[in-house]
Amino acid sequence: MAARILVFGELDDDGLTAPTLELLGGASRLSAELGGSVALALIGVDLASAASQAGPAGADTVYTADAASLSGYQTDSYLTVAQGIVEQDAPSVILMAQSSMGRDLAPRLATRLGSAVIMDSLALEVDGDRVKATRSCYGGNARQVVTVQTDPQVITVRPKSQDPLEADASRAAEVITVDVAEPMLRAHTTGKEQAESEGVRLEDAEIVVSGGRGLGGPEAFSDLEQLAGVLGAAVGSSRAACDLGWYPPSQQVGLTGSVVSPTLYLAIAISGASQHMAGCGGSKNIVAINKDPDAPIFGFSRFGIVDDYKKVLPALESAFAAVLE
Amino acid sequence: MDVIVCVKQIPDPETPAAAFKVDEQAMQVLPAQGISPVISPFDAQAVEAALRIKDTAGEGAVHVISLGPDSARDAIKHSLAMGADEGYHLKDSVFDGGDAWTTALALSKAIQHIGMPDVLIFGRQAADWDQGTVGSIVAELLDLPSATVLRGAELNGDRLIVSRVVADGFETIELPTPCALTISNEFGDPRYPQLRQIMQAARKQVTELTAAELGLDPTEVGAAGARVQMHALYQPTSDVDVEIIEGDSPEEKAAGLVNALREAKIL
Ligand SMILES: Cc1cc2nc3c(=O)[nH]c(=O)nc-3n(C[C@H](O)[C@H](O)[C@H](O)COP(=O)(O)OP(=O)(O)OC[C@H]3O[C@@H](n4cnc5c(N)ncnc54)[C@H](O)[C@@H]3O)c2cc1C
Ligand SMILES: Nc1ncnc2c1ncn2[C@@H]1O[C@H](COP(=O)(O)O)[C@@H](O)[C@H]1O
Repeated sequence: MAARILVFGELDDDGLTAPTLELLGGASRLSAELGGSVALALIGVDLASAASQAGPAGADTVYTADAASLSGYQTDSYLTVAQGIVEQDAPSVILMAQSSMGRDLAPRLATRLGSAVIMDSLALEVDGDRVKATRSCYGGNARQVVTVQTDPQVITVRPKSQDPLEADASRAAEVITVDVAEPMLRAHTTGKEQAESEGVRLEDAEIVVSGGRGLGGPEAFSDLEQLAGVLGAAVGSSRAACDLGWYPPSQQVGLTGSVVSPTLYLAIAISGASQHMAGCGGSKNIVAINKDPDAPIFGFSRFGIVDDYKKVLPALESAFAAVLE
Repeated sequence: MDVIVCVKQIPDPETPAAAFKVDEQAMQVLPAQGISPVISPFDAQAVEAALRIKDTAGEGAVHVISLGPDSARDAIKHSLAMGADEGYHLKDSVFDGGDAWTTALALSKAIQHIGMPDVLIFGRQAADWDQGTVGSIVAELLDLPSATVLRGAELNGDRLIVSRVVADGFETIELPTPCALTISNEFGDPRYPQLRQIMQAARKQVTELTAAELGLDPTEVGAAGARVQMHALYQPTSDVDVEIIEGDSPEEKAAGLVNALREAKIL
């Protein structure tokens, strides 16, 4: 039996989002082993140009559910359309990003399909006709390996945990247009408040400068922003700092905040609790500045400075500025 | 305005990493010495949300349900001490070894058993397995509109106006009742029960319910009914060795760090 993998994609201003391209890459690798094919489902409005990216990114088929009424994610409307696409495509595996949409849609869709879901997988591996997923649990203190025993196997995937394919312009996906009925909305999204985000987006940044409770107050975050300016970095924070109201929750890194995996993660006055590391443990290099030599953060760090951040920060900013001239 | 909140008792998520241990063979987390289990923090916030909704309505009751072993009673008691009115403890050995699906199935039966409330509230995720699916699965089973990962939920007449945390900000969503909500940490601190309230809670009723009383066959729940299978549980190891940058002054340390980063080609 040929296994079909159906990816639910998402769009941003540039077309398919980076996590969508990663999912198609991951799906292509799994399907090479399972002996099957890959389909992409796009739900939204003005999908034509994003749909044309699907083939080069690894999809054999792309479904487009294109309607003005689907311009933003809403549980009721997307769920109905997603169910229709699944019934038409009959996949054995469904992948989504662990995104605002994936978190909300995947468990409801899996239940509607009579199956189950695994959330936020970090690694996927074929085992017979099952896809084994490794995921983090207990606030980052443990990992579990799990499979969905029913069909279809629904899995959400952490951004940046799969690699996209090299885009191959010679590949084209068959486009299937999905009929969209006027949605029956029970819950209505009535407004959107954009988090004020100046500078580099946390998830995209190559360098992240993060501050924690040890900063002692909100003022210190302006110093971090200044350092971030020098480095072209984004500013993040621990939950303790967000809970104290020192920095906006949109900048929280961790289990219940953003997951980042920059080349360099600079943790300033952050202790390194497992729930914080759950959001930054995938960074290629962590550097910690902490006055406590026994702070757990040093156990995850490549380099460290043991000192009061107040003394180190100004010196660090000039040292970076000097070499980055 | 009647509200049902689902709460779970879990190993304290603030357990220091050094005290956290798993039994890889049994695929179980070992209870940490001297650290008591707690109500999952998002579930305490869910109870807080329920109490505020009841306050706004000026009438109604808040019922809490927990599925789990004897210790689950403590999560119910904590919720009652916060101000919830009545508790239900789904306790049965046939529930053992279940997954999100079997838990949600049993909770949905219990909700129907108690009577459909106006609002059903969950935590965004139980801080043990960190899945965040039970709320949505129950909503689907009961065919309710839902909104997840909320930082706020307010009653406005007979509708709920909620604020959902999304990647780049917040969305306002309006829902009719009955509906299901999941609460995130951005909601803010839950009230902490005072001694007097803890004593009052001792007199509040906790009803125990078995699978059979909920009309569930033993094959539908617990390990027998589970749809997700675990193959391994282990503690990840960090293989980095930190290099502490020494120096006599902050300036020396800063310069040393920048040098080290350049030598390692990180900058
Ligand atoms: C279910 C759950 C989910 C959670 N989700 C998240 C999450 O998403 N993100 C998150 O970050 N946390 C999360 N947490 C909280 C987490 O457990 C920690 O409490 C939190 O990360 C601690 O933040 P912190 O490191 O800033 O503060 P602390 O742990 O208080 O550490 C402060 C550090 O600053 C150092 N310090 C103090 N003064 C100075 C100085 N002058 N110079 C240098 N260093 C100094 C101290 O030595 C200490 O190491 C979660 C917790 C739970 C239970
Ligand atoms: N055993 C349980 N008993 C009662 N409620 C639960 C149980 N497990 C999960 N829940 C509820 O479902 C939410 C999400 O849990 P989970 O999907 O397991 O992360 C929790 O925050 C609780 O509100």
